[in-house]
Amino acid sequence: MFGVELKKVQEVIRYLEITEIPLAPRVVSGLMNLRGQIITGIDLRRRLDLPDRPEETPPMNVVIRSADGAVSLQVDEIGDVVEVTDESFERAPETLQGKVRELILGVHKLEKQLMHVLDTEKSCETAETVEVGSTP
Amino acid sequence: MDDLINDFLVESNENLDRLDSELVKLETDPSSQELLSSIFRTIHTIKGSCGFLGFSKLEKVAHVGESLLSRLREGKLSLTPEFTTGLLAMVDAIRSMLGEIQKTGQDGNESYPELIETLNKLQEQDQSPAPKVKSASPLPAGVPNPTKADFMQDVLAKSVTPATDPVRAELPARPHPEPSPASSPAAPEEASATPHPQEETKAANVPGETIRVDVHLLDRLMNLVGELVLTRNQITQFSARQSDPNLASPSQQLNLLTSELQEEVMRTRMQPISSVFDKFPRVVRDVAMACGKQVLIEMEGKGTELDRSLIEAIKDPLTHIVRNSVDHGIEMPDVRIARGKRPEGRLKLSASHEGGQVLVEISDDGAGIDPARIKNKAIERGVITAPQAAHMTDGEILNLVFLPGFSTAEKVTNLSGRGVGMDVVKTNIDRVNGTVDLQSYLGKGTTIKIKIPLTLAIVRAVIIQSNGKRFAIPQLNIQELVRLSAESVQTEIESVQGVPVYRMRGRLLPLVYLNEELKLATQADKVTDLDEATNIVVLQANDHPFGLVVNEINDSEEIVVKPLSKQLRGIKVFAGATIMGDGKVALILDVVGLAQRANIFSEAREHALEEKAAEVLTSQAQNQAEKQTFLLFAGPDDSRMALPLSTVARLEEFPAGDVEKSGGEWVIQYRGKILPLIRLDVVLEERRTQLRHPKLGVAPDPIQVLVCNDERRTMGIVVERILDIVEDRAEVRSPAVREGIQYAVVINDRVTELLDIPALQRIAESNRTLSTEHAEVVD
Repeated sequence: MFGVELKKVQEVIRYLEITEIPLAPRVVSGLMNLRGQIITGIDLRRRLDLPDRPEETPPMNVVIRSADGAVSLQVDEIGDVVEVTDESFERAPETLQGKVRELILGVHKLEKQLMHVLDTEKSCETAETVEVGSTP
Repeated sequence: MDDLINDFLVESNENLDRLDSELVKLETDPSSQELLSSIFRTIHTIKGSCGFLGFSKLEKVAHVGESLLSRLREGKLSLTPEFTTGLLAMVDAIRSMLGEIQKTGQDGNESYPELIETLNKLQEQDQSPAPKVKSASPLPAGVPNPTKADFMQDVLAKSVTPATDPVRAELPARPHPEPSPASSPAAPEEASATPHPQEETKAANVPGETIRVDVHLLDRLMNLVGELVLTRNQITQFSARQSDPNLASPSQQLNLLTSELQEEVMRTRMQPISSVFDKFPRVVRDVAMACGKQVLIEMEGKGTELDRSLIEAIKDPLTHIVRNSVDHGIEMPDVRIARGKRPEGRLKLSASHEGGQVLVEISDDGAGIDPARIKNKAIERGVITAPQAAHMTDGEILNLVFLPGFSTAEKVTNLSGRGVGMDVVKTNIDRVNGTVDLQSYLGKGTTIKIKIPLTLAIVRAVIIQSNGKRFAIPQLNIQELVRLSAESVQTEIESVQGVPVYRMRGRLLPLVYLNEELKLATQADKVTDLDEATNIVVLQANDHPFGLVVNEINDSEEIVVKPLSKQLRGIKVFAGATIMGDGKVALILDVVGLAQRANIFSEAREHALEEKAAEVLTSQAQNQAEKQTFLLFAGPDDSRMALPLSTVARLEEFPAGDVEKSGGEWVIQYRGKILPLIRLDVVLEERRTQLRHPKLGVAPDPIQVLVCNDERRTMGIVVERILDIVEDRAEVRSPAVREGIQYAVVINDRVTELLDIPALQRIAESNRTLSTEHAEVVD
């Protein structure tokens, strides 16, 4: 379960038709038309190295204001808006491994579960470099 | 931040930029009242505003500069390079303080005591036989004061970058002699008559003719116009499907208005490239002084206009190239003299419009770039392998400098040589869809050419489909569209070195299959494709044409180019994205990127293609029978026969009675000559025929004669009937069954015998000796 700082979120939108991009990194799901603006969709599952969403389950779009324009993080579900304080914040536990660790700023201890605070800037980056064809 | 301070910052920064170029110009024209006044006014304004706004440190620095300038203007002092350097240092100090203000609201902690001291000392300098400023007071009498001058040099050496000795030398001079402190006074008329170098001063800003506009506002305008274009496209599409005249007319209007609006808005964003070029005299001066070199800078085409965003984009690359040229390209004066060059290096910047693109050239007459060094460095760095290097041309090797991490500079100075330069230049230029090319001649100099397309945002494009996905190709790159029927696909697409090519008007065009390059196709797709017609878009990528094979070609449209986000910028085959009339996103293909990915560019491959093309065409001419023209006629026994039309000179008809016999052969008088005749039924005599038609001998009247020439003579071939003239490839052949026939061939789907004229003649001659039987024929 992840949390994103509210002021970084431009909007949340259920479904936008997506155009796939050939040769793009896997994490990039494609391009979408958001009221005339072209935004890039990043599949958060893939970014976190998680297995793909089952077919027929359309993702939800969380449109983030990133340094380079608007990017949409594609997630499974949207939950509530919660207010948290510094007290519940902790840095990521040592036991946390893998991509998730790279992409979170820390954790908030909520009543019933842990909320991983997503580093939006990093999440919007693509880890892979694209193979471009031969250059000398 | 406070509006007042904002305005102050904007205006002051602009003023400082102007100071830079004016000060450098002043060096070449030290007594120009106009320049001196302008500079003085500018510093005075800055000083005034600082005082008013409470920036005391800034004020102090400006004040010292102002005093110095005041004395210069009054003629009490005259300009030396140390002055200029000092003043430029002041400009830099002010600039940095303005930066502080921008960040913190205060003018920072640095109060520049050394600079102030230097400038003060400069003021007190007792300059003796100074040349006169025109409207000035009497010549300061006096004796040259060497000690003071030396002291001055020392002071300056501490606070400013080291100046080298020959004072005259560092001036990025224009090619006219500049007065120096110790030289004789210039002629009174000279300075005022010197034509002012800058054309900008003429661009008088008469109040009311121009206004200041926030660039962000212009950007937003541009975006809005872009959206308008998209919406207009949608409406145009929609109204094309309707037949309502009430819709058609306003829709047409909308079309025109939108196009015009688009053009005008783009013009508001155009700025002359002088805003970039004007910074360079100072840059060149600074770098040259720091290196101890002498460089003259020439600029051409400063009025060439570019969109604002393009200007931003090329500012840094150009600066880097200019610095490189001075730092590494141009040699030290003594080296240059040893090479027979003038001690001052020449750096030429020029800008022009050329076919929808802006062309910027930077050339120097320096040492040039040594391809051998580049090659070695590249191999050393593992960028290419030695065998690869052996195949590359010098041109290709030079362009290796654009790769990241490449620097062959012997010393890394803090100016350039860290190897992070040229690749950043290339990236920046690529980002605006431009190209950069480097040419160099060892010992002579280097030229760098940058081409950038003018209109950034809205282009005309052709929409194509491949495997159901839509893509846009900018019309600029498209040469033509070709459609091949399914059969033609089999014959006209061949393979050279494993590359599919299409033979188009004598040239071999390498083909790129879009669905393969983009990895869209599956194996199954490829098989079915063979049955359908193929569409080829002939594209031009940097003078290398190639054909892109796609499934469908749709319309041509105006599209708004939206840049790709940074995650996708690395994908070279796409230049951007656009929103189509139906709201869906389509990717725009980058023709150069596509060609590179498909490896079209390799020069070696080009040569191979060209050679093969020549080969193929000549062999085609030789082997494959072209279509020939044949004269068809009926021979004896109504057999079908033919001759190549080229061998037949005329078709004639003669009355049978005109045939005469002479010397054992039949002849006829023809055009003042005696034409020997050959009767096919006689010459091609066959036993079988004789048996069937005993009355073969009766000659028809009139007789049909084909007048033929061969090398030796002209003759007439007598035939039964002339049938037709046809064209045919005549490929299917079988060897002759009798003498006098070359072979049997299929013409117009019928088996036809092709006559062999020389053979016929031989037979005729040999038959002559046995003349008796034939005499009856003639009757």
